[in-house]
Amino acid sequence: MTQPLAAATSAPAESEDESLFARFIDVQKSYDGVELVVKGFNLDIRRGEFVTLLGPSGSGKTTCLMMMAGFETPTHGEILLKDTPINGLPPHKRGIGMVFQNYALFPHMTVAENLAFPLEVRGLSKDEIKQKVKQTLEKVQLGDFGDRRPAQLSGGQQQRVALARALVFEPDLVLMDEPLGALDKNLREEMQYEIKRIHADLGVTMIYVTHDQTEALTMSDRIAVFNDGVVQQLASPETLYEEPDNAFVAYFIGENNRLVGEVTEKQGETCTVRLDSGEKVMAKPVAVDGPGSRTTLSLRPERVSILGEDDAARFDNVFTARVKEVIYLGDHLRTRLAVCGSDEFILKTPNASGHHSLRPGQDIQVGWCSADCRALDA
Amino acid sequence: MYNVIKQVAGRRSVRIKRTSLALVGLSALAAAVSAQAETLNIVSWGGAYSNSQQQAYHEPWMEKTGDEIVNIDRSANGLAGLRAQSQAGNVTWDLVDMLPADALIACAEGLIEPLDHDALLADAPDGTPPSEDFVDGALDECFVASIVYSNIVAFNTEMFPEDNQPSTIADVFDLENFPGKRTLMRKPINNLEWALVADGVAPEDVYDVLSTDEGVQRAFAKLDTIKDQVIWWQEGAQPPQLLADQEVAFGSAYNGRIFNAMMSEGQPFEIIWDAQVFELDGWVVPTGKLDKVKDYLNFATDTQRLADQARYISYGPARKSSSGMVSTHADTGIEMTPHMPTFPPNFATAIPKNDEFWADNIDELSRRFDAWLAM
Amino acid sequence: MSDSPSAPLTTADGVPLKVSLRRASRRLKIKALLLVSPLLAFLIIAFVMPIFDMLWRSVDNPEVSNALPHTVEALENWDGESLPDEPVFAALAQDLKTGQEARNLGLVSSRLNYEKSGMRSAVMGTARRLSRIEPPYKTALIDANDAWGELDTWQLIERESAPYTLSYYLAAVDMQYTPSGEIVEVPDYLQIHLALFWRTFWMSGLITLLTLVLGYPIAFLLANLPARRANLLMILVLLPFWTSLLVRTTTWIAILQSQGVLNDVMVALGVIADEMRWQMIYNKTGTITAMTHILLPFMILPLYSVMKTIPPSYMRAARSLGGKPFLSFRRVYFPLTIPGIAAGGILVFILSIGYYITPALVGGQSGRFITNYIAYHMQTSLNWGLAAAIASILLFVVIVFYMIFNRLIGVDKVKLG
Repeated sequence: MTQPLAAATSAPAESEDESLFARFIDVQKSYDGVELVVKGFNLDIRRGEFVTLLGPSGSGKTTCLMMMAGFETPTHGEILLKDTPINGLPPHKRGIGMVFQNYALFPHMTVAENLAFPLEVRGLSKDEIKQKVKQTLEKVQLGDFGDRRPAQLSGGQQQRVALARALVFEPDLVLMDEPLGALDKNLREEMQYEIKRIHADLGVTMIYVTHDQTEALTMSDRIAVFNDGVVQQLASPETLYEEPDNAFVAYFIGENNRLVGEVTEKQGETCTVRLDSGEKVMAKPVAVDGPGSRTTLSLRPERVSILGEDDAARFDNVFTARVKEVIYLGDHLRTRLAVCGSDEFILKTPNASGHHSLRPGQDIQVGWCSADCRALDA
Repeated sequence: MYNVIKQVAGRRSVRIKRTSLALVGLSALAAAVSAQAETLNIVSWGGAYSNSQQQAYHEPWMEKTGDEIVNIDRSANGLAGLRAQSQAGNVTWDLVDMLPADALIACAEGLIEPLDHDALLADAPDGTPPSEDFVDGALDECFVASIVYSNIVAFNTEMFPEDNQPSTIADVFDLENFPGKRTLMRKPINNLEWALVADGVAPEDVYDVLSTDEGVQRAFAKLDTIKDQVIWWQEGAQPPQLLADQEVAFGSAYNGRIFNAMMSEGQPFEIIWDAQVFELDGWVVPTGKLDKVKDYLNFATDTQRLADQARYISYGPARKSSSGMVSTHADTGIEMTPHMPTFPPNFATAIPKNDEFWADNIDELSRRFDAWLAM
Repeated sequence: MSDSPSAPLTTADGVPLKVSLRRASRRLKIKALLLVSPLLAFLIIAFVMPIFDMLWRSVDNPEVSNALPHTVEALENWDGESLPDEPVFAALAQDLKTGQEARNLGLVSSRLNYEKSGMRSAVMGTARRLSRIEPPYKTALIDANDAWGELDTWQLIERESAPYTLSYYLAAVDMQYTPSGEIVEVPDYLQIHLALFWRTFWMSGLITLLTLVLGYPIAFLLANLPARRANLLMILVLLPFWTSLLVRTTTWIAILQSQGVLNDVMVALGVIADEMRWQMIYNKTGTITAMTHILLPFMILPLYSVMKTIPPSYMRAARSLGGKPFLSFRRVYFPLTIPGIAAGGILVFILSIGYYITPALVGGQSGRFITNYIAYHMQTSLNWGLAAAIASILLFVVIVFYMIFNRLIGVDKVKLG
């Protein structure tokens, strides 16, 4: 599974002048000597890149981040930072900024003292420290909060302080471990843009861990999707969404209709799949072998259209569906259909003027292009 | 039957002052229920001494009357206990074994009953009244002595060569000829007397000398010479143990404890009778308890019982009429008389403890002794 | 409570909101009070009242005025410069006679004897001989006991006839009244309490420090080990709690005494010669060792409860920000544990000051605490007023220590966000 990923990422990286900034080479990690939490992780990160490790909890993404920070040692493999192996380097010598899940702001210090800590241990002069703390606080719009204690700040403000503290000593690399998990939705979105802006302003390299796919899609240059200790796909947000390599990625990123069947025919860019319920569907073969292999078809809800009387010719897949449920979501409508043996087939339509007024029980015609219907592993 | 009625009435009159009527009813009921068999809470010193009382007094009494006797080993803090119980208004002790000096104070505080000795106590077999049969000082306003005991220094014979065994109190202070640790009681009493005798004061002059400040200084100066070789004991059971373990060569002790260790355990101890400080020990009755314990008190202080007690421990009976009846040790069968503090060869240089001196000076000398120890 | 939002200060029927709220919550308050009343009653009877009783006893001085009322009255007009006249002696004789009959001279004789040796026999001896004494009383009483012919005696009686006295407190800090009423130090050979107070405090401080040094790493392990091993360790920490204090103390005797386990092992290993066995018990070492062990859980538990709330991410954050391990510990972890150190420290220190069984058993002469003298004055010398005065001073010092500690640690550090 991991083999093609390494090949896919290293090719463009080497061609760039900036060269590789940080690398995980075949890294494995086991806590108990029985089970591998991370099974052969490879990742090359370019300078200035924003890379997100995305996956469900327990998938090994946080462990990878902790190994980069130096709080865990790889059981096997090597981690390079600017071409230097750092496996044996203690955390305080790595010069990596880190933002923790619950911020880990020192409660007995003021905001300014928190920010001054990394500068003091680096032996900067008092004036320099004062200057830098002030600048950094202004950068996160907390210029007047230096004398407060963390407990006197709101969640969003604490988040900014944590960010400022990770940036104040100007590290090349900043790690973030689910930094926005504790914030409410609005604040989270605001902070996503804020982090993105700071990333763009400072040009630091960031590795970001989250289980929230929206967050990952919004912020990242590239996303590594983790599952079960293995990277399922490493690609840009767009590629992940549009062209998932396997059923897990398709399922994990965005919404997804799944139809299960068997490949009966394969010709070039299309194949024919006979679903378990009997229907034949045309699809794009992505991760299937020849005829006879099992497959899961992945189809985004917004790529399915409701057909008028004479639209049928535009699609190579057309079926009759029964409306089970219509959910009104303001800017769009979600319609649950019974089609192709599935009761959970979702159709997403924009709430445009003159939209179809569907009712449960009604039979309609739906269709999609075979190019949007990806035949993935079973 | 008459006794029973009187007991109930007696209790009632005592308690009615302190408790509600309901409680009096209860206590009268309780007294009626236990009319045939009383429970007597008797406070004493524990160890071999309580054992001798158990054998000589308690067992025969329990057999005779069916009473239950509970031994409470609290005599070491007897006066404090009496005070606390009296203040709390709940005296649970029925009879207390106590030193005469403490009895004097308890009596003056009204904690214990004045006793009419000739009316309460048994005559000698020949009809001599108690007031003439008991030895001098044995009967005080609130006190009846039962024994004469002695504070002595004993040594472990194995710790010294056979041809150089200590024999006088001066030897205890002679580290050069008789090296080794000593254990002494952590109180000024006895130690100051012995220090003066060892320093050359005649036994009969000890308290005169101690009454002067120079005398006290002289005693402490003598104690200074052995201070760093002394382990201070607080419980009567400690010195025989320390001697047996050979942790110390000499130990001050009650003579009965040393005798018991020699008899029952065969320890190679010997007592230095020189300058023994002897005194009496006996019974006091907490206020309000006289009716309850007078029969027992009469029994436990009669001529036969006191003579019997001397079969179990080497303390002299406080009755002259008992002295002639002292026989042999209950277990080993040896003659008891030579082991008694009052046996003439033992008694030649004996110092009678001066209760008045100690009553007046115990507060200041204890403090001075503690300060001296802490230095 | 109010259902009319336009008038927030009154309810709909015009009753002020606060009154209405108070009325509604009164029933709840009464219920709550009833629930805690058994505990409250228990605390008042078993804790508050004894403390006030102790404070009261430390100054209460009824003995002289109770037992010698006529003497005290007769002394009112005395100039205090020379021996009083016949009426005072006659009053004394009358008081002693009454006291002898009522048998209440014991307390006054002890009371006076604390201040002046010889007064016990002066009072009690004279009272016993009273039947043989004839007027004029002045010569007769002086004949009976020299003390009545001394000016000191009468100055003492006059001074101690007051209902309250400072004598016990003076004695507790090694001071006394001169016969003329000035306050001076007692002679060197009677000085003992101040040295013992001092010893109690510095040894308790040392014991507190030792429990901190020994307990801190254990508490850290407890808070950071995986749950299963931490539970086992916690049982080991708590084990001493389930063992009797006497057993724990006597076990130390078995280990430390000169024929004990530790000395035997060292002799067997040839570390020390047989006749050079170390004296590790019945001195300060014994007290410090045994008490450090006994009080260790009282340091570990508060430390543990504080450390448990410190997320490991603080140390990780400090390390990632460039702090070396020790510096990160000193600047970040350690300050966060200060509330635990303060709680454990004050607990161990106060418990240690109050211990007396362990020092009595293993402290010998040099390892004794002032508390052993409180017990001594309670049980042996029966000078309860002095015991109460020493105990009150101890209580006062403990309160002062607590306040200083509280001030030093600071309220804002005790309350962590």
